[in-house]
Parts: sequence; C-alpha cells; structure tokens
Amino acid sequence: MEVNENTMNSSADSVAQRETGRPLTGTLAVIRPRFERRRPRWQRIVFGLSPKLAIGLGIIIAITLFGLLGPMLLGNPLSIRDIGRTPPSGEFWLGTTQTGQDIFAQLAHATRGSLFIGVVVGVLAMLLSVIFGVIGSYVGGWLDESFSLFTNVMLVIPALPLIIVISSYVADKSILMLAVILAITSWAASARVLRSVTLSLRSRDYVAAARVTGERQWRIIGVEILPNLVPVLASQFVLAVIFAILGEAGLSYLGLGASGALTWGTMLFQAQNGFALTLGSWWWFVPPGLMIAVLGGALSLVNFAIDEIIDPRLRTASLDKNKKRAARRLRASIKAGATT
Amino acid sequence: MNYLARKISFYVVALWAALTLNFLIPRLLPGNPVEILIQKLAARGPITPELRNSVELLLGDTSNDPIFVQYVNYLKGIFAGDFGVSITYYPQPVVEIIAQALPWTIVMIGIGTIIAFVVGITLGMLAGWKRGSWLDNLVPVTTMFQAVPYFWLALILLYVSAVQFKIFPVSGGYSYTGAGPSWDWDFISSAIYYGTLPALTIVISSFGGWLLGMRNMMVSTLSEDYIVTAEAKGLRPTRIMMAYAARNAILPSVAGFAISLGFVVSGSIVTEQVFSYPGVGSTLLQAVNNNDYSLMQGLFLVITLTVLGANLIVDLLYTVIDPRTRARS
Repeated sequence: MEVNENTMNSSADSVAQRETGRPLTGTLAVIRPRFERRRPRWQRIVFGLSPKLAIGLGIIIAITLFGLLGPMLLGNPLSIRDIGRTPPSGEFWLGTTQTGQDIFAQLAHATRGSLFIGVVVGVLAMLLSVIFGVIGSYVGGWLDESFSLFTNVMLVIPALPLIIVISSYVADKSILMLAVILAITSWAASARVLRSVTLSLRSRDYVAAARVTGERQWRIIGVEILPNLVPVLASQFVLAVIFAILGEAGLSYLGLGASGALTWGTMLFQAQNGFALTLGSWWWFVPPGLMIAVLGGALSLVNFAIDEIIDPRLRTASLDKNKKRAARRLRASIKAGATT
Repeated sequence: MNYLARKISFYVVALWAALTLNFLIPRLLPGNPVEILIQKLAARGPITPELRNSVELLLGDTSNDPIFVQYVNYLKGIFAGDFGVSITYYPQPVVEIIAQALPWTIVMIGIGTIIAFVVGITLGMLAGWKRGSWLDNLVPVTTMFQAVPYFWLALILLYVSAVQFKIFPVSGGYSYTGAGPSWDWDFISSAIYYGTLPALTIVISSFGGWLLGMRNMMVSTLSEDYIVTAEAKGLRPTRIMMAYAARNAILPSVAGFAISLGFVVSGSIVTEQVFSYPGVGSTLLQAVNNNDYSLMQGLFLVITLTVLGANLIVDLLYTVIDPRTRARS
C-alpha cells in the first residue's frame, strides 16, 4: 500500500512539474482523462495495474509457485533410471538426462535454488547500495566523496572476472557463500542511482523543514528520505535479482557454482557435460535457459512499469487517433496563439 | 579541476584499486595458492629461486616480510611485466599467453560492441522520435533479450546454426587446417567466419539496453523547449531528430558506457567458453580449472586494465561530443 501511495505522489509530482514548465504537455495531461480507454473491470480491481505490471507479476508468481510447490509434488530429481536421453513424453514431461533423471523434476528444484539466490543477493545488494548510496550522499562532505569514489571504482572493475577469481580461491562454496560473493560485486550500479536521487531529495523543502525542527539524522534518512526512494529501490531490487540469477547461472555453467546445489545454471552445466548440444538433446538445455529468460523478461516488465510510474513521460501507450488529432489541434492553436 | 584532469585522476585511482585488489585477494582468502602452484610447477620442471620469488610476489610471501614490503615488491614486479610462469602452458611466461589471447577478445568484443551500440542507438532514436509506433512497441521485446543469459543464447545459436544447419563452425577462433595466425586474407577471412557467432551473441543480447536508454532519453529530450523552437522555425523533421534531439539524447548513453562494457565483458567470458574461442575468457577458465593462479591473477589484471582503458577512451570522446565539459575548465 505504501508503494502505491508514494508512486502516486511521484507521478503527480512530475505532472505538476510539466504543468508549470511546459504548457503544451501540461494541457495534454489535463485533457487525458476524457480519452482514457476504459479497462476491463478485473484489471481495474487488481489495483489498477498497468498491463506490463500485471503480466510481469503474473509470470513471477507462477514461477515462484512452481519453485515452491513443484519440488514437493514431483519425484526425486536425482534418481537414476535406465532410460537415458529420452525426449519429452507423457511420463516425463521434459524428457530425461543421459542417466535417466527426470528433467521436469530437476527444473522444479532448480527453480527453487535460483530464486533463492536471486532474492538473497537482491536483499544484500540493496542493503549495500543503501549504505553507500543513500547515507553517503545525505551526510555529504568527505564521506560522500569517498563513498562515491569507491562506488565508481567498483563499477568500472568488471564483475564476472572478479567473481571468478574470488570463487576459485573459495573451494566448496555453500549457496549462501555464493550469494555473498555475488552481492559484494553487484551493488555499485544501484548505489550510484540511489545517490543521485538522494541528492535531489535532500534539497527538498520538507527535508529542510525536518532538519530545522531538529530531527535526528538517522530519523530524517529513515522517515523522510527512504520512503520516497521506494519506487527507485524497487526497480533497483528487480535489477539486482536479474543480475544475481544471470550471474549465478553463468558461474555454475562454468563449473564454479555452489557445491551440491541444483540451480538453472548447474542444470546447464550438466547438460553441457552430457553433450546435450552435440547429441541434439534440446529438451535438456533449452528449459533452464528459457526459465531464466522468461523470469528475467517478467522482472524487466515489472521494472518498466515501475519506471513509468516514476516518470510518466516514458509510457508507450500508443496514442490512439483521437488523442493524436486532439494533440495536433492543440498544438496548432497554441502556435496560432503564440504568433498573435 | 577541469573535466579531463578529474577523469584521468579517477582512472589512476581505479588502476591502483585494481592492482591492490589483485594483491589482496590471494592473501586474504583461504587456501595456500603458493604451495599448490609450486608443487605443480615442481612436477613440470626445476624451481629456480627467481621463479619461486616471482610466484610469491604475486600470490603471497612465505618469507616473513612485512605486508608493506611485499606490496612494494609486488608493484615493482607488475610494472616490470613479471606475472610469473603458467602451469597450464609450462614453461611459457604468463605475459606471453595473455599477449596471444588478448587480441582475439579485444577485436571480437570491440566489433560486437560497436555494432550493438550503433544499431541500438539508431533504433532507439527512431523509437523515441515516433513514440507509439510499431517500432516503439517492440522495445519491451528487444529488452527481453537482455534477460537472456549470454551463454544460453550462444548455446542456442550454436545449436541452430552450427549443429543443425552447419552454417557456422562449432568451435575455435580460426580454421586449424590452414596456416597459423598471419596477416594474409586466408587467415583473416577464417577469423571473421569463426568470430561471427560469438560477436552476434554480443550484439543480440546487448543492443536492447542501448535501445531502451536512447529511446527514453529521446522522449525526455523531445519535450525540451529548444525542440519546440526548432519546430517553430520550420526546420526539417530529420534535422530536428538528428541535430537537436539525438545529439543531446546520446550523451547519457555515452556517459553510461562504463557500466554496459562491464556487462559485455562479463558476458563474453562465458560466451568464449561456449565457442571455445581462443580469447582471454576461455584462457581464464582454463587457468581456474588447473589452479593456475598466476595466470588467473594476470588475466584478471589485464582484463580490468583493458576495461579501464576502454572507458578512458570513451570519456575522452565524451569531451569531444559534449562541449560543456570543455567549457567548464
């Protein structure tokens, strides 16, 4: 609920900005409600979500349920049968590996593993980026300078080589260890975004007011600044989850993943080692990658929706003909008005 | 301080940070890389005191020198170009192996990135210019490609065009039946032929990011007052699009090049492994699999330095395309 309130504030904010700054778009924004297409009722009920957000969240929920419930319903993913490399069938929906393991059951367990990594890294990276991005830029001075320099340095050092080097020294990684390694190499980009937003927030009047009334610093950060960062934080969290799942998959595919874990990346690693590619067992290497791609796509849809809430100008919403005509007429009348 | 001096001093700091990170990682993390490496080297040939010394400088001293002295000696070694000897390619020095692998990666990633940048920026410009057109509605689809793991895309491309249809070679960097690397047309054409799929992977999975960034900046730029002025002056639409809108909208894409390049480099390391491409990525993995720590550290350092160098070049270009950076000094 808090998210909605804030995002509405911020979109109202930018509409107001445009109204004061640019009369043309301002008037367009005012007349918009007349041409607003009526959405089907169920969509209006589902908190008036944009279609992007609805589709994205739908896919994410479906995949999460698959990861949570699948492992309980499907059999042991590691049990071996004497039917190696069979194509998808009624019994094994996604066929079997070269040792006859059920790929569909593996996929369910791998979904759980990959989602776990994604969420843990997302949370850890978020914490780090708030520390380096928000606190530094709020406090200002040398602390901001040094945090910002540190962030920028971390940003230009390529992440994967660093992860590979670190993880080759740490033999027998647990899945949590891997999450920590991924988190400490992935917070920098979002810290930089948070810093720039915080810099603009801290000069707002209500923050100044809070400071004048003698609020303590941590309270201003926690109560005045952070709630207004929620949309940005949400979008950075989504990016961090994508990064983590992709990073883990790449690392596991190279054989440097967590030991004993089953994720989409380790599935691809096993498929590679089982010569799935050259022997044409597409049902083995296509599903894990497809899951990553679909989940990543859903997460970026959610991210688009958040971005559009933060900055309504980005909406693609194909202007229908009525709107276009109205806009043209308006522009013409404004131009005519300007010349007289 | 002017823009250029600030940028250069930033890269000096980043360079120092990379060198220090490279020094600290083997010393802070568990395990004893020096002993592992020395044992492996001993199996290949005699260990001279000089060899042992250079390994220790890279990976951690077994003598009891204070850490500061080790650090100074390590920096001396690095600047003298001493990265130790590789186990995997014993007795070749690490520097030589890196020198062989680096051009492959730089050319392949370089060409792939440039194509992706040009395609992404052009399409993004058009999508932002005609908001709501069919191209604009394709934007979410193209950014989906970004969520696809590089190496999986590489696997699919490889499966379709090399295993199923046999249009492209399955692995390698050039035809091994011909002569070795040389500057004749036979070799160059086979290198292009073998490099197409890896480069294509980079283009497909990274142009979406440029496209989206450019499109969003175009949209914001188009609502600026100077665009209205340009329209009011009756300038041709193409001129407004290119010289007024795109000229300004491209700046953040160039400024954000550093972040994107990091992703491309990370992605192509795994991609190289898929195609067994003879570049830094697959060499790095060989080093990891063989516990070839000095080669691994050397490669990490060289990859980082190359990325820093590329970013510096882009930042210098930025001063050319954004006159404000020059005016401020």
